[in-house]
Amino acid sequence: MTESTKSGAAVGEPAAASPAPSAFLEVRDLKVHFPTDDGLVKSVDGLSFTLEKGKTLGIVGESGSGKSVTSLGIMGLHTAGQYGKRKAQISGEIWLNGTELLSADPDHVRKLRGREMSMIFQDPLSALHPYYTIGQQIVEAYRIHHDVDKKTARRRAVEMLDRVGIPQPDKRVDNYPHEFSGGMRQRAMIAMSLVNNPELLIADEPTTALDVTVQAQILDLIRDLQKEFGSAVIIITHDLGVVAELADDLLVMYGGRCVERGPAEKVFYEPRHPYTWGLLGSMPRLDRDQQERLIPVKGSPPSLINIPSGCAFNPRCPYADVPKDNVTRTVRPELTEVGSKHWAACHMSQEQRERIWTEEIAPKL
Amino acid sequence: MLAYLLRRLFAAAVMLVVIVMVVFSIFFLIPKWAGVDIATSFVGKQADPAAVRAVAEKLGLDDPIYAQVWEFFKGIFVGRTYAAGGDVTNCAAPCFGYSFRSEQAIWPVLTDRFPVTLGLALGAAVLWLLFGVAAGVLSALKRGTLWDRGAMIVALAGVSLPIYFTGMLSLAVFAFGLKWINAEYVPLADSFSGWLGGMILPWITLAFLYAAMYARITRATMMEILGEDYIRTARAKGLTEQVVIRKHAMRSTMTPILTMLGMDLGALIGGAILTETTFSLPGLGQAVLNAIRNQDLPVILGVTLITSLAVLIANLVVDVLYAVIDPRVRLA
Repeated sequence: MTESTKSGAAVGEPAAASPAPSAFLEVRDLKVHFPTDDGLVKSVDGLSFTLEKGKTLGIVGESGSGKSVTSLGIMGLHTAGQYGKRKAQISGEIWLNGTELLSADPDHVRKLRGREMSMIFQDPLSALHPYYTIGQQIVEAYRIHHDVDKKTARRRAVEMLDRVGIPQPDKRVDNYPHEFSGGMRQRAMIAMSLVNNPELLIADEPTTALDVTVQAQILDLIRDLQKEFGSAVIIITHDLGVVAELADDLLVMYGGRCVERGPAEKVFYEPRHPYTWGLLGSMPRLDRDQQERLIPVKGSPPSLINIPSGCAFNPRCPYADVPKDNVTRTVRPELTEVGSKHWAACHMSQEQRERIWTEEIAPKL
Repeated sequence: MLAYLLRRLFAAAVMLVVIVMVVFSIFFLIPKWAGVDIATSFVGKQADPAAVRAVAEKLGLDDPIYAQVWEFFKGIFVGRTYAAGGDVTNCAAPCFGYSFRSEQAIWPVLTDRFPVTLGLALGAAVLWLLFGVAAGVLSALKRGTLWDRGAMIVALAGVSLPIYFTGMLSLAVFAFGLKWINAEYVPLADSFSGWLGGMILPWITLAFLYAAMYARITRATMMEILGEDYIRTARAKGLTEQVVIRKHAMRSTMTPILTMLGMDLGALIGGAILTETTFSLPGLGQAVLNAIRNQDLPVILGVTLITSLAVLIANLVVDVLYAVIDPRVRLA
């Protein structure tokens, strides 16, 4: 991780009201809870991480692990446009460039949206308004934050479409989303989210709805644009292959909490959490013998209403029965440093995990 | 867009021909197959056989079916002459038939009645769109609050209470009780304020029923649209919530409302029988009701045709508006 100044022990603990951090983006003990008829859904339950400009953080996890809820929380989209009496309960701190977003004036956060931080969504067809042309939508995004006339904004839209690789941008700018192919739509979406040169770009499963052949192009595009604009990028995905190429750091989420995080190569080559092992084992690979079966993570993600006490992964963990020293089962494991800038939250001792990884898991991958 | 427009117009024209043929078949062919003497029903049961014979000859009921259809069609465009021996009845174009019972052409009856019904339907539509849609949007934005529950209870009442009940009630209170208005129909040409006074209660009564339906539909649609991904995108751009609602959510909400409006307006222009009867408005609905009572077939036939035409035109207008709102429709 990039937070070299912070000690690992503090991570995951509820952060006291503290001074503005030096990191570009710092999330401290973020909790997003939704009251429902069945109870309180703890979608994100104490998440902390930091991200520097020019770096890419990959957030990985199954559906319902709290990845998207986290990103919408940073964007302030849980509170914007919330109707009815049941409001999302959000606590913790989100520092962006020295501003704490959760306690800031909502209208101030709105002005940051689209300009300082912007987002690319999973399905570009449903994320673009079907009744407005691509150009109108990009022009709108630009003119909220720039006091320019429509002509100037349109020129900017064409320029952005050209930049993301859309052929004949001066003509396509007047097309409607349904007249674009899936990959082109996602390019247009990226053009729209980058039109104001945001410093933070959140890509929520940007390639999930796309053809495999297009996926790589889009990922390349995001990487190139990041280099060009120098923004910080968060890529949210359930596909480890996507982040393998892009991410500097990885954060693995399970049941609304971080179970492992660290530099991408560490998490890939020396993972220290059984859930990360599971994710790696269930990733199909071309260079693997076809006779070998994928190893899925057994069971299904926990209910976010009744998260098991103790380790949330315990019911699905193949090593739940490994004898552990000095551990109370009902206590939730906290993140502990398992290597340089590398943390994992597991009740097994580090030696046990190292042994299991090198002897049992790694040879099968 | 132009191609779409031409396609719709062509479809409407074809539809019109089909409608005339179907309506004609219902009124002339089915009784014929069923062995009913149509001429009798055109004249009345007490008519003497000679008169029935004359009408049958005038209508050409003994001619082949296609000839009858053709004559009817032609009548609409160039007028028609009903002749039996020396007895000649003229019906100028556009001839939608001739009532031998009341001895008058149908078209003047329709043009006489039509403005009343049109005024009723359009006036009520303006009211119910304004109040129904506004109430629906507010309910969606304030869902679960006292306002929302209150509005939805009123809407439920509006949907459930029959027009003759709310109509009678409003007449009893405002016209006869408080005497605020003189609830008597005055043609627009005679006096604007008199017309307004006569129409205001029918408008409100009719609009109450429809506003209730529109409020419920608007609320449901709005809530669904607000959950759409592109609304989230609009917020992610940094738009104020007001712009998100006005520019992004409202436009999508309008589509189902427009569809409903087309059908409702068409049906109402064809005759709001209950409202017109309750308020004694001399519109198409009352005309058709009287015609049914008197078994005056040609009037029923004429009103049916006009109604179909109204639905057709209303739907054509809605289709065009639909394409203006939703670009995807233009391709269809």
